[in-house]
Amino acid sequence: MGPGRERHAGMIEARALSKRFGALTAIDGVSLRAADGSITGLLGPNGAGKSTTLRILYTVLRPDGGEAWIDGTSVLAQPLEARRRMGVLPHGAGVYPNLTARENIEYFGALHGLSRAVCRSRAAQLIARLEMASFADRPAKGFSQGERVKTALARALVHQPRNVLLDEPTNGLDVMAVRTLRRLLGELRDEGRCILFSSHVMPEVAALCDHVIVIAGGRVVVQAGLEELKARAGTASLEEAFVRLIDPDGAGDGP
Amino acid sequence: MKSIWLVLRKELRETLRDRRSLFTTLVVGPLLMPALIGTVIFMAIRHGGAVHTGPITLTVAHAERAPRLLDFLRQYQVRVRPVNADRARARRMLERQQGPLLYVPRDFGARLAAGKPAPLRLYANESNRSVQGKVERLSSLIGLYGGTIARLRLVARGLDPQLLAPIALHPIDTSTPQSRAALTLGMLSYAIVFTMLMSGLYIAIDTTAGERERGSLEPLLTVPVEREHLVYGKMLAACVMMLVSLILTVAAFAVTLRHIGLARLGMSANFGPGVAAGIVFGCLPLIPAGAALMTLVASYTRSYREAQTYVGLVLLVPTLPLIFASILGLQPRAALMAVPSLSQHFIIMSLLRGQPLPGGYVAISAAVSLALGAVLVYLAGRLYRRERLLG
Repeated sequence: MGPGRERHAGMIEARALSKRFGALTAIDGVSLRAADGSITGLLGPNGAGKSTTLRILYTVLRPDGGEAWIDGTSVLAQPLEARRRMGVLPHGAGVYPNLTARENIEYFGALHGLSRAVCRSRAAQLIARLEMASFADRPAKGFSQGERVKTALARALVHQPRNVLLDEPTNGLDVMAVRTLRRLLGELRDEGRCILFSSHVMPEVAALCDHVIVIAGGRVVVQAGLEELKARAGTASLEEAFVRLIDPDGAGDGP
Repeated sequence: MKSIWLVLRKELRETLRDRRSLFTTLVVGPLLMPALIGTVIFMAIRHGGAVHTGPITLTVAHAERAPRLLDFLRQYQVRVRPVNADRARARRMLERQQGPLLYVPRDFGARLAAGKPAPLRLYANESNRSVQGKVERLSSLIGLYGGTIARLRLVARGLDPQLLAPIALHPIDTSTPQSRAALTLGMLSYAIVFTMLMSGLYIAIDTTAGERERGSLEPLLTVPVEREHLVYGKMLAACVMMLVSLILTVAAFAVTLRHIGLARLGMSANFGPGVAAGIVFGCLPLIPAGAALMTLVASYTRSYREAQTYVGLVLLVPTLPLIFASILGLQPRAALMAVPSLSQHFIIMSLLRGQPLPGGYVAISAAVSLALGAVLVYLAGRLYRRERLLG
């Protein structure tokens, strides 16, 4: 495989990523693909390396080894270009407490180089789409977790990225907010975008994903379509399949 | 460049909405400090001045036993307040009052007449500095009176009074109200520099520790903007706050100090717009260095609270040269003008005294401060690239 320019456009791709933090090996040889027009779930137990993988993909961390591309743009060689092509909802989703939700969204639009008028109209669209009208013009300091995540999500989408990366997006959300999020991700997929999100919650992945990448102990255990995954594990339940994949001996005390 | 401007605008907007940080920046520093320092200087002037020249009150027990001495003292602005008291009562009275108390013993007149040392008791609580000054003055006045009597006695015996003065020592007191107030004045430049740094503190900490703790650092790092530009924007916002606070502080000092007799401190009596502007411009080059230093220190800390502690300590660093300057009595020299914060101190002092420093000195101060700022700004930008920043 050649350098970034020759890569396929329209996908997220990683090859042999590895990252160590001191003595701890967070990920070791992670390779994955997430295609346009589909939702790919990065599934794994806590500490498996999901966040580290995503962080390398969205250019906040540099890998010790390996390479990754967003739409064929190397995240190592051209991080700014790669960032332009993706929207990111990192873990925690912090927003600026003294700005309103709308201002938070518009600020990121401006940092993405959008004109003021475009920022305004995009923010208005996203506020409607994510059902944020009731709190859009309140300072973010009093927001609930759900309101914060929605704000952070809208902020990540303001530049209409072709690729959307989300780190545990449903954490701390109530049922209604999770529904809104699912619907939105479905819509984004139907628009032909590439969506990669991490989760340790099985039903969520089952409900949303077209593809699943199971990661455990810093390595990719399996990468397959949802049905294929169930077939491979020899069980109809995804949860059962997941547990067998990450803990083949069935010892039961986790990796 | 546009992104720097965007970050700057957003930081200022957020700061303006945060009442607590705004209060610290624009009210506490610029108003409280001048009020505090103004009071201290005011006290110093009154204190120093009154003891050495003003009238002092002396309580005297048994004033009737030494009428001539007291007449003599009255000529030298001593207000004699006679009281009726024996020795024990006199001591008790002393505990209740601040000023010195002179007790004239019964045999004072008789011994004086007999040419023997006549006893006098001067009670005073010298732990009070103003009392100390009064006692010194009274002792020398009474000594002067005694000297006069001694000379008269010699003359009466046909001797030359000069025999008693084999050496003529002339102690020349070079202390001026100005030098006595040097320490207090040093506090003024300290207050200006400290208040200025304080107002950049919130934004400087927010740049790293604050963003991280809030969880907004990672999203921010995913926008297609060079990381350095994000830091530059934030430091610029800190600089704007520092500048606003500097202007407010100096203006507040100008108003405060005008009302408390500057001329007696040897300062330019005219702390007008010109001097104020000079102080602002003198301190201006220190602003980037201050903002960058605080940002740098904050970026090494793990939490907002920790950052506040360390940056708070760092705020003391620029004040160390000022302390040395006042203890060692340093005077402006070209080499010393290359010490940031100390050089600002010299500039402020010289302007207040109405003796502006040579332009070259001011240029050295500005150049070194700005160069230090440039280095620190560069380092802060570099540090923002570290992965450990994410905590």
